[in-house]
Amino acid sequence: MKRTLASAIIAAHSSEKGVEGEICRVKVDFAFANDITAAPAVESFREMGAKKVFDPRRCAVLPDHFTPNKDIASAEQTKRGKEFAREQGMLYWEVGRVGIEHAFLPEKGYILPGDIIIGADSHTCSGGALGALASGVGSTDLAAVWALGETWMKVPSTVRVEYTGSRPGWLTGKDMILSLLGRIGVQGARYMALEFGGEGIASLPLDDRFTMANMAVECGAKAGLFLPDEKILAYAGERAARNFTPVYPDEGAAYGRTERFSLDAMEPAAAMPHSPDNVKPVRECGSPKIDQVFIGSCTNGRLRDIAAAAKMLEGKQVHPDVRCIVIPATYEVYNQAMERGYLKVFTEAGAVVCTPTCGPCLGGHMGILAAGERCVSTSNRNFVGRMGSPKSELILASPFTAAASAITGRLTDPRDAADEKIFAYFEEE
Amino acid sequence: MAGSYEGTVWKFGDHIDTDVIIPARYLVSSDEKELGKHCMEDIDRDFVSKVSPGDIIVGGENFGCGSSREHAPLAIKGAGCSCVIAASFARIFFRNSINVGLPIFECPEGAASFETGDVGRVDPAAGTIENVTKGLTFTIVPFSPFLQRLIALGGLIPWVREELEARRKGA
Ligand code: SF4
Repeated sequence: MKRTLASAIIAAHSSEKGVEGEICRVKVDFAFANDITAAPAVESFREMGAKKVFDPRRCAVLPDHFTPNKDIASAEQTKRGKEFAREQGMLYWEVGRVGIEHAFLPEKGYILPGDIIIGADSHTCSGGALGALASGVGSTDLAAVWALGETWMKVPSTVRVEYTGSRPGWLTGKDMILSLLGRIGVQGARYMALEFGGEGIASLPLDDRFTMANMAVECGAKAGLFLPDEKILAYAGERAARNFTPVYPDEGAAYGRTERFSLDAMEPAAAMPHSPDNVKPVRECGSPKIDQVFIGSCTNGRLRDIAAAAKMLEGKQVHPDVRCIVIPATYEVYNQAMERGYLKVFTEAGAVVCTPTCGPCLGGHMGILAAGERCVSTSNRNFVGRMGSPKSELILASPFTAAASAITGRLTDPRDAADEKIFAYFEEE
Repeated sequence: MAGSYEGTVWKFGDHIDTDVIIPARYLVSSDEKELGKHCMEDIDRDFVSKVSPGDIIVGGENFGCGSSREHAPLAIKGAGCSCVIAASFARIFFRNSINVGLPIFECPEGAASFETGDVGRVDPAAGTIENVTKGLTFTIVPFSPFLQRLIALGGLIPWVREELEARRKGA
């Protein structure tokens, strides 16, 4: 049998064969929860009669959603997760050292090529950027993994997404994944896996791959995977917290279907309210006026994203009617942005820089929208009420587009707000 | 999922996401009753005051898409709904519902037949959904044998409890 990457990883973790459609019991390499999902997981864990997590070095709790705690209720909730982690000797990082889970864990080498990763958060699929089968679940499923070190998984059929052509500097992973969403829709890969490939991917920086894998779940997918190429192996090799074995698909594996894109024909894209698949080229969106820009989240809070926003805003000013909020996803990103002078660029341009947190992405804190307000956000979901009032509007776009819009006060294609020269920097790699 | 369910239907569209089932601002609690007070509030402010115990939510395609919050099926239970019928479910919501014991049924034709106010009846043992108001009967897409076992055991918690018992004895 010729295997896709997803089924090859499942087969490597199971005594079963990993045939598509089969339900397999798989060993899990790493399992984590956040400040919202940990507390109910702990409750389920106790109800299961479990005493010890399967391996404390492979189990983690990361406070990132409502942290630094926004109110008493969130403080209590975060505390329950922390106490459990300490009791079990699990991995836990306090605010000031942590970051958004899906950006932080790969940085620290806990998500590695060939792994099966289970997280009680839907954007766990971000780990697919490193060639791991990483999938989000709810708290009770996560509790079962903590107790058993295993989970059940139906072997998904795979949509292969192929890119040809070469990528101009202004074209980001965000534009690429939004274009896919625009084509296949929010359930275009429901119950399936996405496997990204083709010559157009080879030069794509890792940060952009994380953005693409991150939004696999917006297509309804269980996971979104990249093949571990040299770039991935070098990144993982430098950071690995344990040994790992990369896994590859078989030549000639049978895919559910294949979607092909030419990078030469692609444009900066935006998802208009209220669905991530309501996607159009930015220049065809009618330049709506905006009240807020948010640059951050597990989708676009990595160094290249922050760099893109900084290059756009350098020497410019945020429009007087706009709040521009920049949140690096982790402290590693934050510190590098500081060293490179990006944070100063932001504050001089009149943007706000906050400590790593999910914050406004889920309408948590640090940038909630009022009724009638509109925001351009680099995050991944623009559902009704996602960032605050159910009468507010969210537009999803790349960091370039978000920063360009912050300058003009309207949704703006980055090519219309900046000298083409700044994009040259982003063509390398 | 023993017995059958009968109740008034509340009909929603395609892609009902977990942010409207239970907005993130309420995720500072995981108490079913507390969450139930805000179920569907961003799509229908009065839903919670209109719904009666045993009522049935009917959705279109991809019901429960979005975040992994288990709070979503809990909020539906907490609001008093007996079950959810949809044309299809998003993956994580599907797993979560089975894990927390919210009965869900996939039935594209059945889901399409309902309007708000119709009376629906589900007989899981017979594998049928009835639109009582319109006098129509439909067949439920059956669960895989593995899931049927999981559901018969009462969800994931008893399943893991058994598994841990077996490991203790085996060790
Ligand atoms: S940044 Fe947003 S999407 Fe990502 S984990 Fe946090 S809340 Fe979820």
